[in-house]
Amino acid sequence: MATRLDDLDAVFHALADPTRRAVLARLGTGDATISELAQPFHMALPSFLKHIGVLEKSRLIVSRKNGRVRTCALDRESIIAAERWFGEQHLLWQSRYSNLDALLASIKGE
Amino acid sequence: MQPDLRFEFVANKARGVLTVAREFDAGRQLVWDCHTKRELLDRWFAPKGLTTRTKHMDFREGGYWHYAMITPDGQQFWNRLDYLKIDPIDGYDARDGFCDEVGRVNPDMPRSDWVVAFSDASDRTLVTTVVQYASPDDLQKAIDMGMEGGMASTMERLDELLPLLAIG
Repeated sequence: MATRLDDLDAVFHALADPTRRAVLARLGTGDATISELAQPFHMALPSFLKHIGVLEKSRLIVSRKNGRVRTCALDRESIIAAERWFGEQHLLWQSRYSNLDALLASIKGE
Repeated sequence: MQPDLRFEFVANKARGVLTVAREFDAGRQLVWDCHTKRELLDRWFAPKGLTTRTKHMDFREGGYWHYAMITPDGQQFWNRLDYLKIDPIDGYDARDGFCDEVGRVNPDMPRSDWVVAFSDASDRTLVTTVVQYASPDDLQKAIDMGMEGGMASTMERLDELLPLLAIG
């Protein structure tokens, strides 16, 4: 239970801040470096990096370092994997319920 | 499926919840029986292309259903549903888990709690199932695993069939 609340807290906390929501919106249009992301905000870099840290911790974004440049991206792979899984679950329930329709019809007909 | 039978599938990743609501063209007692009796469950619970085989069923609070979904080439996917609370014929709460052939739940695999509610919808029955993963981490594990091999490929064939079913 503690884990569940902690994880939920991380996502809600990440989404609760307008700077972090703006970063997510920006990353929706493509990957960006830290300095590109920080540019619209009038904020000291260490403060901005704290926001990036919160987003990473909540697993909404991933970042990779290339030399001295760190690039951030929405965690697309996990988003795609999630979409696929939800699609499979949707099919699973649709299929089993269509079996149940047939079973109910056959019992009612008996 | 009659075209006007209500079906809703809503997934909330952040909360780790799936909600499935479906109407059935039958009375509540019959729909309830289909969800709670082994000989009936075996006739519908696995998706098309797979079969359900019950090994153990004890439908009472503290009891559980232990079953396999079996692919055409004989692969078995074992699950166990532990019944926590039962209110005939309004609903039941249960905990789902992956297990092995003798019913030992694998604690490393994700578990989810099911709240299943049955209600009258004029002369039909509405079944609402809320699947709640223990944490977003558990849901993430389920996603990372995806559907296991044999099951996934059977589902893919289903995927091809669905457009045909929609036409028919």
